[in-house]
Parts: sequence; C-alpha cells; structure tokens
Amino acid sequence: MQPIYMDNNATTACDPAVVAAMLPFFTEQFGNASSIHSFGSRVGKAIKEARVQVQSLLGAAHDSEIVFNSCGTESDATAILSALKANPKRRTVITTAVEHPAILSLCQWLEKEDCVVHRLRVDRQGRLDLDEYASLLNDRVAIVSAMWANNETGTLFPVEEMAEMAHAQGILFHTDAVQAVGKVAIDLKKTKIDMLSLSGHKLHAPKGIGVLYVRRNTRFRPLLRGGHQERGRRAGTENSASIVGLGVACELAQQYMTEENTTVKRLRDRLERGILGSVRNAFVNGDTLYRLPNTASIAFEYVEGEGILLLLNQQGIAASSGSACTSGSLEPSHVLRAMAIPYTAAHGTIRFSLSRYNTAEEVDRVIAAVSPVIAKLRQLSPYWSGDAPLAHPEEAFQPDYA
Amino acid sequence: MWDYSDKVREHFFNPRNSGPLDDANSIGDFGSIKCGDALRLMLRVNPETEVIDDARFQTFGCGSAIASSSALTEIIKGKTLDEALQVSNQDIANYLDGLPPEKMHCSVMGREALQAAVANYRGESWKDDHEEGELVCKCFAIDTVMIEDTVRANSLRTIEEVANYTKAGGGCSACHEKIEDILIAVNGRLYAKEVKPTQAPAATNGAPGKPKLTNYQRIRKIEETLEAIRPLLQRDHGDVTLVEVDGRNIYVELTGACQGCAMQAATLGGVQQKLSETLGELVQVLPVAALVRA
Repeated sequence: MQPIYMDNNATTACDPAVVAAMLPFFTEQFGNASSIHSFGSRVGKAIKEARVQVQSLLGAAHDSEIVFNSCGTESDATAILSALKANPKRRTVITTAVEHPAILSLCQWLEKEDCVVHRLRVDRQGRLDLDEYASLLNDRVAIVSAMWANNETGTLFPVEEMAEMAHAQGILFHTDAVQAVGKVAIDLKKTKIDMLSLSGHKLHAPKGIGVLYVRRNTRFRPLLRGGHQERGRRAGTENSASIVGLGVACELAQQYMTEENTTVKRLRDRLERGILGSVRNAFVNGDTLYRLPNTASIAFEYVEGEGILLLLNQQGIAASSGSACTSGSLEPSHVLRAMAIPYTAAHGTIRFSLSRYNTAEEVDRVIAAVSPVIAKLRQLSPYWSGDAPLAHPEEAFQPDYA
Repeated sequence: MWDYSDKVREHFFNPRNSGPLDDANSIGDFGSIKCGDALRLMLRVNPETEVIDDARFQTFGCGSAIASSSALTEIIKGKTLDEALQVSNQDIANYLDGLPPEKMHCSVMGREALQAAVANYRGESWKDDHEEGELVCKCFAIDTVMIEDTVRANSLRTIEEVANYTKAGGGCSACHEKIEDILIAVNGRLYAKEVKPTQAPAATNGAPGKPKLTNYQRIRKIEETLEAIRPLLQRDHGDVTLVEVDGRNIYVELTGACQGCAMQAATLGGVQQKLSETLGELVQVLPVAALVRA
C-alpha cells in the first residue's frame, strides 16, 4: 500500500528537480562564494541566479531585497528584533493571536524585555477585526507582524491592506508568509509590505533555508553580525546548495501556481465534501471563502486528534492534529482556542494539507479511511453513545477535576 | 510522533475491555474534555469478596490515554479493591513498557479514576488533589506545579536548589530558563547563585572540629537516619533501602508506592537533606538506577 502524504503545511517533499540542481554543490561546486578564485565565483554566480528566482516569485523590485538565512523562524525573529533595534523609541509590537510560535514565543519574551505586545483577536472563522487593528496603530508601534496564511486553518489575512494602514502611520509591516508563498500570487513591489518571511521546505525546497525579504530603504539591524555575506545583513557562509535548491523551487512554484489554485484546490474540496458527507458531528475550521487552496482543517467532535492520527498512520495516511497534545501540553491549539472552537471539537481537529503531488485516488482513499477511524474512537469515547453524542455530554460525564 | 513502546501501540490499536459495562456497580470518572483527557472506569465488584469481577473503560484522549486505560482494566481485574488501590501510576506505565515523560499524566489519570471508582463503590466522597502543569524538565518529567509548590514550601532560591529538591533541571539543563522564570514568579526576584569560597582541604591530624567518622560509623549513621525516616514513607505504602555508599554519593532504592511515584524526586531531596544534617557533610542521595548507569 502506497503511503499518502497530506501534511504539506508541516513540510513538503523536495522536488526531484530541486535535488538534482543541488547535488553538484555538495561535490565539485564546493567553493566559498566569497573566494576570489573560480571555485568561489562559480558558486557566487549560482547564488545570484537563485536570488533572482526568489525575487521573481515574490515580485520584489530588487534582487538585493532578498536575504538568505536558515529558516522561517530566523526570518521572523530578525524582522521583529530589527524593527525594535532600529526604532528604539517605539516599544510596541502588534501581532495576532493566531501566529506561529516563531512569532508568539518571541513576543512573549519581548514582554519580559519591557515591550508592549498587542495580539489581535480573531472571530469564529479566524478573521481579524480591522477596526480593532486601526485603533491600535500609533507612533509607539515599532512593527506590525501578521501572517499571510494561517498554518493550521489556511485562513488568509488581508496583509496588503494591513500594510497600507500601518504605512499611513509610519509603522513597519512584516508578514510571516511561509505558508502563502507558492500558493498565493504575491507581488511585493505593488504592496507596502516592508519585510516578509519565507521558508524553503514549505515549497518543495530543502529544510534549513529561509529568506527574509527586506524592502529597500527599510531601516534594518542584522541578527547575526560577522562576515559581509548578504551585504552584511546576515553574516555566515552561504548554504549554497540549499540556496540553489530554493531558487529552483521558486521557479517551479511560479509554474505550478495556477495548478495549486485549481487542481489542488479541487482535490481539497473533494476531500472535505467526502469526509463531511460520511462523518456526522464534523465541520471545517477557518474562513472557507478566503483561505489557502491546499488546507482542510476538519473538527471531529468528541474524539481526540492523536488517536485519529495514529489510526490513519496505520493505514499509511499522514496528516496532523490541531491538538497540542503532540507538544505535551494539555491545551488544544492556540489557533482554534483563539477562534473559540469548543474544546469538544478543538481536540479532535485534523489538518489535511495537500500538494501538487496528491491525486484524486489518494483523496478517495483518505475519505474511505476517515469514517471508520472516527467511528472506532467514538465507540471508546465517554461522550458518545451508539451512533450519536450523548444528549448532554457535559452533564452526563462530569468528572472530578481539580 | 511519540516514541511509544510496542505495548502502548498494541493496547491502543486493540484496546481491552472498552465500552460501557451495563451491570457496573462502581463508576469512576476522571479528567475533562478541556484538558483533552477524560476517562470513565466502570467496575463490577463482588459485594461478598470485594473482588473486581469485571472492569471496562471509556476514554476520550490520546493514544497513550487509551492504552493506559486498557492496561489499567487488565491489571485490576481479579484483584480486590484494596489490592487494586495499591496499583500505582508507575505500575500502569511499567505494564506498558514505559511512557514518554510528556505522557506520564495518562497513567496518573488511570490511577485517579481507579480511586474515584473505589470511593464511588464505598459511598465515600473522593476529592482529587492532583494538579498538573506544563512539563518543564523533560529529563525527569517534572512540571511547573511541582516546581512551584516545592520552591514555595522550601523557600528555594536557585536552580541548584530546585534540582536538589525536585531533580528538575538536573539533567540536560535546557529547562534552566523556565526554572528561572518560576523562581522569579514565586520569589519576586532571582537570587544570585551563591559563590562559596572553596574550602581548603581539611587538615588531617590534630585539627580542631568534629572528629572524622570511620567508614563503619558513617554507614551506621546513614542506616540510623534512614530507619528514622522509614515510618514516614511506610505510611504512604513506600519504603527505602540503602544500597551503596560511594564517597559523598549515597545510593538508595525506593520501593513500594515510592517506586516511580511522581514525588520520588522530592522524597529523595528530603532524605538527602536529613542525611546531610545528621552526617554534618553535604551528601548526594541518588536512586539506585543512577548506580547502574554509573
């Protein structure tokens, strides 16, 4: 039985063309791009080409606005810390309650360092209230950081509009776009976005390579100082093989952009319809009208996500859970909690995230597998009886708990 | 994904004794949907003998929660209620060939539901006093609540003291930032690590002060101290035995309910404190497992 991979928001498989392009940079093209000799200059040239490929996918005005680094998390940290360092009188950061931990953990730490952090709330569909946002913009804000697309639900934020609003008040705007790049058409030169985070492994490039886009003339302070690499904005010898791989991946992403938004989207919709049609007490999380084309976040009430994942995995199906049980915490995902999804559903939320490698046959196999898995776990659940939830589950099962 | 043992996986994929038990005469509920773990344990107890003739469970929870519930029912079937109450969460974890530190709470849930069920059968009221916080120390599976309580109860000031009392932070040291946060939260500030001037080696002959104990006297003294502590542990169905003395390291075996008890680290910390006092020197009390490793 062929395994089915539907966890592409966690990470993607490297495209074979990406791997092929990288291989020479582990062997004969081993030079250091900074060296004057031909070993170095050949690598330098390859990095230059990759930079243009990334620039093109992002629609950046200049290739020098692309800063290669190690990952999305580094990009996020660099952007926010740079904004605070470059604007020492501004100590406020605006972000959202549903950001990736790369942003939220950093912000939590910044609060200990005497920064003020506003976390914009979201509604039941995971949407922001732009009036609340507007009311928080003032000259104490160093930077706004809002994700382009949510990793758990795929919900898109109106970052272009939010960047305009920030700019009108002279505030820097950063977006964590690691889930959006390659799935959403982006043309940065037409926006007011100052900084953007990209992660290679989310778009079929390898792990360990990221990009921070920094608009020309943005006041910037590097995270790592040392060598002159990346024009002094990110010191450290370039990860040349991965940079070359990312360049190719960006070119491919541009070619497949339409397919992501047509073929992959149709597969995702088919998966959702099929599952919701065969499992009761299940619903889709997020803004179904404005979200990534590849992501389906489905809540299965009265069962817990890890059990679902283990049983699906037994059948070779890889997905992920919205439950933070995977991280050892007992609270369900902060994203679903911010959306006020009830605990009964948040704990049983499963994310299926597709890619251009998925097929209709795979989607049908997953649909067929999910219903019996949920039925099996509901039979074990104290909140379920026969083929329906208890009439008043919270009353019937009221355990003692300190 | 978790590194579950084969036994955990097997009990998750093929849970024993799941589903409602219609003629149950004892029910114990524990957990909550908020925490993502909830267990209903149903027992049929023979009123003459108090033997558990049948046990079934319903569990809302992760793979190890379901496996722990399954294991619990297998362990307690055929036991009397009193025998069943001797089952510790570590027994459940051992039955499953171990659980990841983040998942030990699943075995605790099983034990708590069992206590609730027995109380239910006996018409007693049972109040859960178990509270659990975010896992801080992954090496020794110690959570925030445990650290906070110990810091408060013993006026601990430094990471070293926290490690001595709870073991938290005594392993890989990656959690030291979190422990500092807890110390600041409880004490309102972070006390600087006390730098003690290194003492010159004690003079051997004719030096004033306490005469040095011979090895025999020292071990006798250790034994006497442990004897004094023993009744306290036995009251909680536990016990302690001296295994080896190697310089300042004293290896003991915790047995009975102490074995694998969530409070084991605190128990060892207490024993260490007592021994250090009576011997008049700083000693380290370690579980016998550390001797095997060493």
